[in-house]
Amino acid sequence: MAHGHSSKEKVVYVGDSRVKKRSYNPEQPDYTAYPGKSEAFIPNFLLKEWMVGVVALVAFLVLTISEPPPLGYPANPNNTGFVPIPDWYFLFLYQLLKYPYASGSYVVIGTVLIPAVMFGGLVMAPFLDSGKERRFYKRPIASSLMFVSLLAIIYLTKVAWNGYEHELKELNIIPEHIEREEKAREAAAAGKPTGQAKPGGKEVAIVDKDDPAMASFKKATCVACHGADLKGASAPSLRGIGDTLSKDEILKIIHEGKNDGKMPAMYDTAIGAGLTDQDIDHLAEWLAKQKAAQ
Amino acid sequence: MFKGVYNWIDERLDITPMWRDVADHEVPEHVNPAHHFSAFVYCFGGLTFFITVIQILSGMFLTMYYVPDIVNAYYSVEYLQTKVAFGQIVRGMHHWGASLVIVMMFLHTLRVFFTGSYKAPREMNWVVGMLIFFVMLGLGFTGYLLPWDNKAYFATKVGMEIADTVPYIGPYLKELMQGGTIVGAQTLTRFFAIHVFFLPAGLLALLGAHFFMIRRQGISGPL
Ligand code: HEC
Ligand code: HEM
Repeated sequence: MAHGHSSKEKVVYVGDSRVKKRSYNPEQPDYTAYPGKSEAFIPNFLLKEWMVGVVALVAFLVLTISEPPPLGYPANPNNTGFVPIPDWYFLFLYQLLKYPYASGSYVVIGTVLIPAVMFGGLVMAPFLDSGKERRFYKRPIASSLMFVSLLAIIYLTKVAWNGYEHELKELNIIPEHIEREEKAREAAAAGKPTGQAKPGGKEVAIVDKDDPAMASFKKATCVACHGADLKGASAPSLRGIGDTLSKDEILKIIHEGKNDGKMPAMYDTAIGAGLTDQDIDHLAEWLAKQKAAQ
Repeated sequence: MFKGVYNWIDERLDITPMWRDVADHEVPEHVNPAHHFSAFVYCFGGLTFFITVIQILSGMFLTMYYVPDIVNAYYSVEYLQTKVAFGQIVRGMHHWGASLVIVMMFLHTLRVFFTGSYKAPREMNWVVGMLIFFVMLGLGFTGYLLPWDNKAYFATKVGMEIADTVPYIGPYLKELMQGGTIVGAQTLTRFFAIHVFFLPAGLLALLGAHFFMIRRQGISGPL
């Protein structure tokens, strides 16, 4: 590695610095004396590697362009229905915690014991498997432990992912990043803003706050989910709802509900609470008037 | 011209012997896919490094737009992804690269394991490699929170609940990572700092040690 150069000549320095003046030029070493077909890393090997690297880079860029990175809706700590999912390479650890012997009062087995033994074993591998033999088929214990762990990891990851997909289907949930993207595309096609409305920015005011519809809104118990000030609670905010929905659409939602009953059909409830059909019609009209920009 | 500038600098600083020490080394036949196709398994380390470089570069560009506070984080990411020219590609590179680097690192680890390259005299490099492995997982975990969408938030919450179950130190560990009793504003700034400063600094130091040892010892011989 070192390019030593023995010389009896007097040392000459560059100016008054400590850098010695070099009288020779270090040659690139010659690897022909090395065993086999060794070649120089720079430039021979690196050039070839770079060409392969460029192809890989282009493939990678094609992927990033064709598949936008996922982004869901802004974090909402009050969202109780969200199905949490870690990044895929943590799935096997996550799945482990779903088995009875690694959860509940045994959870320490899943969160500490098994990972500690596995990763501890990996870290200590050179000292546990300290024989001279390097070929994997001559190291049956080390190799089979690794094979079994690999199969376990693949299996657990697969089970975790299937479980997640199944849960989504069962609960009829579209992953937020897909829903957001679709809605953004629809909004863009309709010429509406595609981004998420930022809370605390410009607050959308309630239009005609003193309208009797406000009282109907309370009486019909809409407030329980949409909040006394329309700002939303367990259900979305209805401020500015007139920007996206018309009176008829809102009436339809009151009659039939929305999204598989997540928003229940409220018409009968409202009548039961003492509202008239006219009150409800007026409520819908008033909601349709809720526009962000006047 | 270029040579002239180089010679001018070299005369003053005598850099040639130094960079030749770094750059000059041989590639033995048994690790060169040009001679033995199956030797491509020896490329996974270099590929991991290649993607690590992509991660660092794309990450540097991401921080030009990303705002690490809970009010703005999500909207800054949304803005970058949907409004900024090439923003989607930059975020995409960092997002998909994060997965790809784990895959490559995993394959590299398997190569080292199944060729028995971790054995004497390379034990230390294996241990350093495992530390790199943990730093990478830490980068993945802290980075996952940063977009501050529901997926990020609730995954981190689950992660914190898992940390909480560690006997004795669990609750302290959780509070240390969260920077408080809930996943909130402090958690996000903390994760951001860890993701962008602490872990990359550790990673670069470990990579330096990793490469130094490889250059000193040379790649393990043929099987
Ligand atoms: C049990 C809780 C609940 C009650 C009570 C309730 N809603 Fe809803 N509402 C929801 C939920 C949840 C949604 C969101 C549905 C979805 O996922 O799209 C919603 C959605 C809506 C929407 C559509 C919002 C949008 O952005 O598309 C309107 C309009 C609406 N509700 C009006 C009303 C009115 C008027 C009342 C009272 C008569 C009412 N809601 C009572 C839960 C409720
Ligand atoms: C960012 C992550 C990593 C990078 C960039 C990296 C890079 C490299 C490179 C370029 C080599 C040369 C040989 C090759 O390319 O296969 C190498 C060798 C090696 N790596 Fe890594 N590595 C990383 C992570 C790891 C991990 C996680 C381990 C295992 C715990 C590990 C253990 C080793 C060992 C023991 C060698 C020497 C192998 C030999 O001489 O044959 N490395 N690494």
